[in-house]
Amino acid sequence: MNAVIIFIVVLVLTIFLVPFLNVKWKGIVLLTAIAINTMISGNIAILTLIGQTFDYALSGSWSTGPIHLHIDALSGWFMLIINFVFLTGGFYGFSYMKAYRNQKSNLSIHAIAFILCYSALISLSVIQNSMVFLIAWEIMALSAFLLVIFEHEKVMTIKAGINYLIQSHISIVFLMLGFIWMAYRTGSYDFSAISAYTASHNSANSLVLFICFFIGFAIKAGFVPFHSWLPYAHPAAPSHISGIMSGVIIKIGIFGILRMLMIINTDYTYVGYFILVISGFSGLYGVMLAILQHNLKKLLAYHSIENIGIIGIGIGVGCIGLGNNNLILASLGFAGALLHTLNHALFKSLLFYATGNVYQAVHTLNIEHLGGLIKKMPQTAALFLISAIAICGIPPFNGFISEFIIYTGLYQSLQDATLVSLILIIFSILGLVVIGGLALFCFTKAFGIVFLGNERSKLPEKIKEVPFIQLIPLYLITILILMIGIFPDLFMNLLLEPTGLLAGKKVISTSVFPVTTIIAMQEISWATWLFILVALLVFVIRNLVMNHRKVETLSTWGCGYSVPSSKLQYTAGSFVRTYSKLYGSILLTYRKEKEISGIFPTSGHYESHPYDKIEKWLVDKPIKAYKSLMGKFLFLQNGKLQIYILYGIIFIILTISIPLIYEKLFLFIDFLKQL
Amino acid sequence: MLSVILIILAGIFFTGIVIRTKSIASGRKGPGLLQPIKDVIRLFKKGSVYSETTSFIFQIAPTIYFSSIIMAMLVVPFGQSKGLISFNGDFIFFAYVLALGKFFSIISALDTGSSFEGMGASREALYSMFAEPAFFILMGSLAILTGFSSFQEIFSALHLGSYVSYAIATLATFVLLMVAMVENSRMPIDDPKTHLELTMVHEVMILDNSGFDLGLILTAGYLKFAIFGALIFNLFVGMVSYQYAIPLFFAIEAFMAVLVGLIESFMARFRMSHNAQFIVALTSVALLIFFGVLLVSGKFL
Repeated sequence: MNAVIIFIVVLVLTIFLVPFLNVKWKGIVLLTAIAINTMISGNIAILTLIGQTFDYALSGSWSTGPIHLHIDALSGWFMLIINFVFLTGGFYGFSYMKAYRNQKSNLSIHAIAFILCYSALISLSVIQNSMVFLIAWEIMALSAFLLVIFEHEKVMTIKAGINYLIQSHISIVFLMLGFIWMAYRTGSYDFSAISAYTASHNSANSLVLFICFFIGFAIKAGFVPFHSWLPYAHPAAPSHISGIMSGVIIKIGIFGILRMLMIINTDYTYVGYFILVISGFSGLYGVMLAILQHNLKKLLAYHSIENIGIIGIGIGVGCIGLGNNNLILASLGFAGALLHTLNHALFKSLLFYATGNVYQAVHTLNIEHLGGLIKKMPQTAALFLISAIAICGIPPFNGFISEFIIYTGLYQSLQDATLVSLILIIFSILGLVVIGGLALFCFTKAFGIVFLGNERSKLPEKIKEVPFIQLIPLYLITILILMIGIFPDLFMNLLLEPTGLLAGKKVISTSVFPVTTIIAMQEISWATWLFILVALLVFVIRNLVMNHRKVETLSTWGCGYSVPSSKLQYTAGSFVRTYSKLYGSILLTYRKEKEISGIFPTSGHYESHPYDKIEKWLVDKPIKAYKSLMGKFLFLQNGKLQIYILYGIIFIILTISIPLIYEKLFLFIDFLKQL
Repeated sequence: MLSVILIILAGIFFTGIVIRTKSIASGRKGPGLLQPIKDVIRLFKKGSVYSETTSFIFQIAPTIYFSSIIMAMLVVPFGQSKGLISFNGDFIFFAYVLALGKFFSIISALDTGSSFEGMGASREALYSMFAEPAFFILMGSLAILTGFSSFQEIFSALHLGSYVSYAIATLATFVLLMVAMVENSRMPIDDPKTHLELTMVHEVMILDNSGFDLGLILTAGYLKFAIFGALIFNLFVGMVSYQYAIPLFFAIEAFMAVLVGLIESFMARFRMSHNAQFIVALTSVALLIFFGVLLVSGKFL
């Protein structure tokens, strides 16, 4: 109980303190507050992972009823992720925001929104009262909106922010719909009432309820086709906010889905099929569009959609396991999903922070203009490389571990499955493999074009590595990425509790994971060490041999041409050209080009703007139709005050007269009937 | 451990046999079987030239590429004897560790800033992406058929009983062979002997590598082919005792090398734009195997 009170007191104190401090202290106070709250909530969260649960009951008010807080292993797992990402994100933001030091009041709002968002996320993972849950959800959505529009003087930023605001309110509408339905049926706001209700009613009912919640949470998480806000909001936000958004804010959608799976009793097999299909589609669509992007942050944003898809595949497998009463399958699916949630939070925030470093150095995110940064920013480049390999799911980093667990689950479920699920599962495997291959394609492009080769346009003269203090949070994340990659069995132990909770195993006498998976984790750990050893050995031998050989430095082979300009290099556009031709029918790219022609050729140019086909059909077209419909009534809004007063009078007359007319109408109908 | 030694031995001769076959098919005498290895040893003795555009990525990439092949080699079993690394789902590790090598070879090509190498990198990234699904579906089908999910268990439990399973084995060999061709950048996807940068895929990526690094890359290539040969061998010879299995292994590897040589002698490389279609067709064949397996295991009813 004390913990909750201290948590709220720290939050309130910080909110009131921050506006009155100078810029430097705003940051320090904010970070200290988050550190204190991290310690409080992290402490509880770690205890939940070894099997304890915590329950608090707040009295609440007449409108909410008693507020029940319940902290179990699932909340604990997400609380730890939120804490880590916000701590490193805040630390990184502290250095990153130095460039905006003169915007004092703007920074105050930013700091307040930052801690509000943090607290809202933490409370979302523990609240068991639907009314308060929605309030916290709204606080989270609004504060995230404020965080995104930090550079509100830019038109694109404010547009992206409003797009996000609208879509997150559509998400709230769906959540409200579900909660109101349940509150109406059960007369209570408590989550346990929903659980009891769905257990005692038929499963079609709860399936609809689940889908309602799923859509609400899926908009937040960015499942296709509810994703279109995400690629706008991420690039618009400052880099530490992009990292946090991608790392945890969209993950609260995943948390919501998992929580609802625990609460709602329904036919899990069908839910599993549904999630599997939508996730496979999200994963593929996300990465397919990511490849085309020229804006580095937008590329990363589409990769968030892809990774949400991978997490979803894990959840889908877990649900199929629950539906078939197959504990092994359920535990592997959910463990993969949970671990990938953590992994994605790590490598994606690292990618965004490294991108932030690049942005600070060159002030552009268009990858076609970049190149050769590895020589000027070697540490940022190395960090970007590590996270890029990790996000492709390649060993020896963490992405491989979670994808491996999901793969194991998928292959495990091939053994005893019905025809429908077999075909779904083989296509999920296919999807996961293609996602992996496309991710490799995308990140070799991103890393290769941004950091390697020579610069492709005139960049600022002095590009230098960011100060070391700004790199510290990045290194912290890297350590964790390596730890998960090298000691996966350690993290599997941490996953025992939350997975057991989801897979529905209450007794923790034995491990929820099959022995073969545990052994596989240990073997992977050994293999990783062996790999590092082999690579080091080969490298040392190579260097020893090379010491005795003549080593020269000359220009790159240019087919006999000795003075190639940097414009001759491959660009991102040319790297993906074959791909975009291949998938031309699925993708949508707007091109503008002017060919060079004539005897005395003038300058030509070529532009391409990748666009989202789903967004075009699902968002743009309906809005256009709606606008044209509403346009028909434009004559009503003519700007003349007299006419507006007339509308008012007409309105009043109508409100008074309609009931009267109605009554008369009835009399008339009665009269007709008597005839 | 046995598989490692045998694969290395097979790797020494494999490329030599391919080159010799091609020479004989085109009416020449051709170099000795050990010529590729002699080339590598010569490269190890040479100095290097590095491009001034390159960074440390270019220095470490050949090492990591080579090590990834070594790791993949350790996973492959030999008959009933396990690979050094063997666990449930080890074929996933196999594919992904190969991907690590690929990642580094692609970015090291981009590191030179050459447009040729960028082109090769783009093609390599795209083509290998299409080959992997076929491999995973094949392994999935075999996992259903046998009920296991590690290389060694799958191969040793694989019994070729009915006619359908012969068909499956034939198709599986085809898929594995083609995956090997794609992974090793051979005909019909890529022509290692082409001499125009514009038409190369793998060769153009290593244009700027020289000396020891080039030697590592070439050695890795020889081993990679032998690794896939070993996989095909395992498909047929699960539980045969060693005195038959070892000669059989070399026979299959040699047969495969001759086959590759013959394909490269009598076939032209596909047009670049047809490559993608071809590789997608490979996935379809793999799906065919999958449905065949469903038929055999009675899941269709």
